Parts: sequence; structure tokens; C-alpha cells
Amino acid sequence: MIKIKNLYKSWEGFSLKNINLEVERREYLVILGPTGAGKTLLLETMAGFHFPDKGEIWINSKNVTYTPPEKRGIGFVYQDYLLFPHLTVEENIRFGLEKSEERGKIREVMEWLGILHLAKKYPEKLSGGEQQKVALARALVRKPGVLLLDEPLAAVDQKTKEYLREELKRVHKEAEITTVHVTHDRTEAIVLADRVAVMMNGEIKQVDKTSDVFSKPSNEEIAAFVGVENILKGEISRYKEGVALINTEEMEIYAASKYQDGKVTVLIRPEDILLSRNRPETSARNNIRGTISEVTYLGAIYRIKIDKGLVAFITKKSWEELKLKTGDQVYFSFKATAVHTLKS
Amino acid sequence: MRFPTNGSLNRQIKKSKIEALFLFFLSIGSLLLLFVCATLGNMFYEQLNDLPGLINTLKDPAVLHSIWVSVSATTVSTLTAFLFGVPLAYFLARKDFLGKGFIEGVLDVPLMIPHIVAGIALYGVFAQSGLIGSPFRKIGIIFQDAFPGIVVAMLFMSFPYLVDSAKEGFKTVDPRLENVARSLGVSQWKAFTKVTFPLAFPSIFNGVLLCWARGISEFSAVLILAYFPKSAPILIYEKFTSFGLAVSRPISVLLILICLLIFVFLRTCKRRKQ
Repeated sequence: MIKIKNLYKSWEGFSLKNINLEVERREYLVILGPTGAGKTLLLETMAGFHFPDKGEIWINSKNVTYTPPEKRGIGFVYQDYLLFPHLTVEENIRFGLEKSEERGKIREVMEWLGILHLAKKYPEKLSGGEQQKVALARALVRKPGVLLLDEPLAAVDQKTKEYLREELKRVHKEAEITTVHVTHDRTEAIVLADRVAVMMNGEIKQVDKTSDVFSKPSNEEIAAFVGVENILKGEISRYKEGVALINTEEMEIYAASKYQDGKVTVLIRPEDILLSRNRPETSARNNIRGTISEVTYLGAIYRIKIDKGLVAFITKKSWEELKLKTGDQVYFSFKATAVHTLKS
Repeated sequence: MRFPTNGSLNRQIKKSKIEALFLFFLSIGSLLLLFVCATLGNMFYEQLNDLPGLINTLKDPAVLHSIWVSVSATTVSTLTAFLFGVPLAYFLARKDFLGKGFIEGVLDVPLMIPHIVAGIALYGVFAQSGLIGSPFRKIGIIFQDAFPGIVVAMLFMSFPYLVDSAKEGFKTVDPRLENVARSLGVSQWKAFTKVTFPLAFPSIFNGVLLCWARGISEFSAVLILAYFPKSAPILIYEKFTSFGLAVSRPISVLLILICLLIFVFLRTCKRRKQ
């Protein structure tokens, strides 16, 4: 378990401001944030590579704020692996072990991660994915209490990334290790995290269950970062039984809202919007009619924008079946519960 | 005759262009090689015509002793430079502080000043009545006209080579490698000895070679502070001024041969280690 209290740190142009964060035992916490947010600095401070200017860090009920990294019982993996280039894979993994406990353990961890065949190779001969696995093995062989991962999937190709993501999931599950994973990649957070801490400009802005961070971001900045494309300003005109009618500049939106009046910001995730040619007969409270103004192909999905400024995602297959094009009239339908409101 | 296809023709043109650049650079560069070879080769060639002179020199105990003095003094000086210079280089490579540029500049001063000037400065401090010379005399260590004086003069002139090379070597080692090492449970000291030092070793070793070479070739500073025991360059100079080229040349040839052997040996050791 990790507990960070009122942590401050400035270093080489990055700074951490009043960080408070708790990681439960065996939890997988992802710290999500844009480049330059100070995520790596936070992780390195947790590891003891930097000492904080102010605040405290507790690991497993011990105050380790000024404990050197070698005494913290952590495993640390960098984005660019940082294997020791002058040592073989086996020697890399053996690095942190006492002589007496070597052989069996090294074999065990290499088998577990499927890198036994690389034992005698030097790091420069390995692919990015292989290097990352060796770095993981090196960190895990000592059975640390906490695993700290700094953008562990950022330097590999897409296919390897997907594979390693599953491996990380398996490692976490099988080793039952408290894990903190820093990334700017939303997919990694969705796939791996029990909880997500959103970090921006050196501050933790929101800590929540993964699904909540993506559906109920606590401010517009976070909303934009986690991929809520529809961020609208409006005012509540009516409220009844938990549902508010919100007037925005271009439309009226029903929202399941905790606010009963006043000005609000409306957030709708594009994947929660259903697109159809005719008015659909669904239970969705919101059916917005508009003209397609922009179509962007994103690989597996299309991003459709209508003249009222709303954006929806639709699968390639559905898009082709609908036979729509720019300028056509369509309906955007979404439930009142798919609308998240923020007080503005 | 068959003409090459378009693709392979292009490749050939491309290849010959690259080769042309290398050939051009080689032809310019070999002038330097020629410069060294002509100068030393001429000396060796003339010595070949006077083999008995060389053999007599080989038998002269004064000559052998002077070479021994040179080799052992530069070795002691290089070890001293290593012992103090490596920690300094590591510190300078890792830490930034106010006045660092100034300190680095001061450390490079011995590379800039005329050696005779360095000798005079050293004499002022290490002579028996000097700032450092006089307290050391009380514990029985004398620099003036003594072996330690030769070591000190060589050290002053040569340690910047070692410090500079080692510093560049340490800079190429990512400090995050040390972070990782420490996260694996080893102390800062062990992270240095097991990761940083081995990775910086090629540069440090180059520094050691340069330092050793610069030490053994030192003349002026040694001349002023410690004329005795006679080191090889001093003896050569003395023979040259008293008896001329024919007597001083065989000692020079011998010194070059010995240095060359030591260098080749060390370089081979290093290559084998890598």
C-alpha cells in the first residue's frame, strides 16, 4: 500500500504540487496525464530517485520519505527499459539478487515471462518487447512490494503494445503486486487500471474508478483529455425527478443531473451517441436532428460531426450500411444517463 | 559486353560516390600519418646504420636506469591521477553547481601553459622550502631533485587528460541506469562499481593511456623540479648537448620502442576485455 501526503517537488522545470494519493494493496493504479504533467517525476519521487521538497511518502505503513531507493522494496521499469548493456539477460535479472538465492528464482521468472531462450543474449540483440520483458523480470525477481512502471508500453510498436498490455495484466493478476503505472495512453488506463488518477500541470486532478473517470470527468480539461468530445455550455431550464432539461445555444438536452438549476457544462462521450437516418424508436430521451458537416475515418471507426457541433463515433460497418454522406440529415440519439453535467 | 541494368548502375554510382569521399578523406588524412612515419622512420633508419651504437646503449646501466625512472614515475603518476581523478570526473559529470565552468577551466590550465612555466610554478611550491615541499620534508619526503618530484611534475602536466576523458565517459552513462540499479537493492557505491564504472571504462582507459603517455614525454617541468634521478628525456637532452645526435639517438629509439610495446600491449588487453 502506498500513501502520498501533501507532496511538493520541483526539478528541472517540472513540479509536483500538493499531491495526495493512496494506492491500495494489490491495486493497479494508472496515473494518466499529458506529456509534461510531471508523471515521471512523481513516480521517480515515489521510488526515491528524488527526495521531495515537502510532504510524505508511506509504503506498506512505513514512512519512506527520505529512505534511499535500495531500501524501499520497489521494482521500477522505465519506458526505454534501461537494461544494463554490459550484462546478459540472465546477468541483468541476477543483478539485484543475493548469491545464495540465484539460480532457481531466475529460471522461474524467465519461464513465467517466456524469455528463458534469451538468457545468454545481450540487450542490444533484443527487440523492444523482449527488452521490456527482461526489465520486468529484473524488477519482479526480487518480489518487490510495489511495482512502478513509467510509460512501459510507449516505446514499442502497436502489436507488441497490445501483447505486452495483456502480459502486464497477467503479471499483475498472478503476482498480486501493488502496481502504479504512468501513461498518457487512455487505452492502457481502460484496459489495465482498477482506478485512474488524472494528472495535469503537476497536480492530481481526479482519482476515481476507471469507468467513472471516463464517464464523469470532474472538469472540462479532464473531459477533453479523456476523450469526451462533446463539451457544451448550457443552463438548466427545468428539473424533474432527477432529470434536467438543459438549454444550450443550439439544442435542448435531457440529462440525469445532480444539479437542479443554474449554468452547467454538458459532457457526452461520442461512443454513447447512436446515429440513424430516421428518428429512432428507442427509449433515449435525446434525439437531435442535424446535418452531417464532417466525416473523419479513424481506422476502425468513423468520427461524424453534425452542424450543431455534436460528435459521434460509429463503426466502419454501420457507416457503410447507413450509406450516408456529408450534407445528409441524421439523428443523434443518446440517453439522459449518458450526459454528464458539471457546474460551471 | 553487358551493360549493367539501371538499378545496379545507380547503385554503383552511389557506391563509388561514397567510396570517393572516403578515398578523398584518406588521402588527406594520410599526410598526418606520413608526417609521423617520416620523422620517426628516418630516425630508426639512421639508427639501423649504427647498430653497434644501439647495442652499446642497451648495455649502458645509466640509460636503462633512466628509462626505468621514466616508466615507473609515469606509472605512479598515472595511478595517482586515476585515484583522485576518477572521483572528480564522476562528480563533475553528474552534478551542476555555480562556478562549475570556472573549476573545469582551472583543471584544464595545465594543458595550456608552457611546460617550463609549470615547472617554475611547481618548483616554487615543491622545492624544499616551498609551501608543500617544506612540510613534506619534515616527514621525509623530498620532491626537489628526487623521484617524487618527477612524479609530481608528470602528474601536473598529465592528469587533465584523464579527468577530461573519464568525465566524458561518465556523461555517456545514463544516470537512470544507476536509479534502476538502486531500485534493485544495491547501494549507490555498488551501482557505481557494477554499472557506471564498467560502462565508462573505455573512456577512462583512454584517459589512462593519454595520461601515461603525456607523463613519460614530460621534459621541461621535470627538468626544473627534478633533474635527478635522471629520467630518459633528461638523459637524452644531456647527451645531445654534450655529445650530439649519434649518442642521443639510440636512447631515443630505445625509449620509443619501449613505449610502443607498452601501448600495443595495453590496447590489446583492452580489446580482449571487451
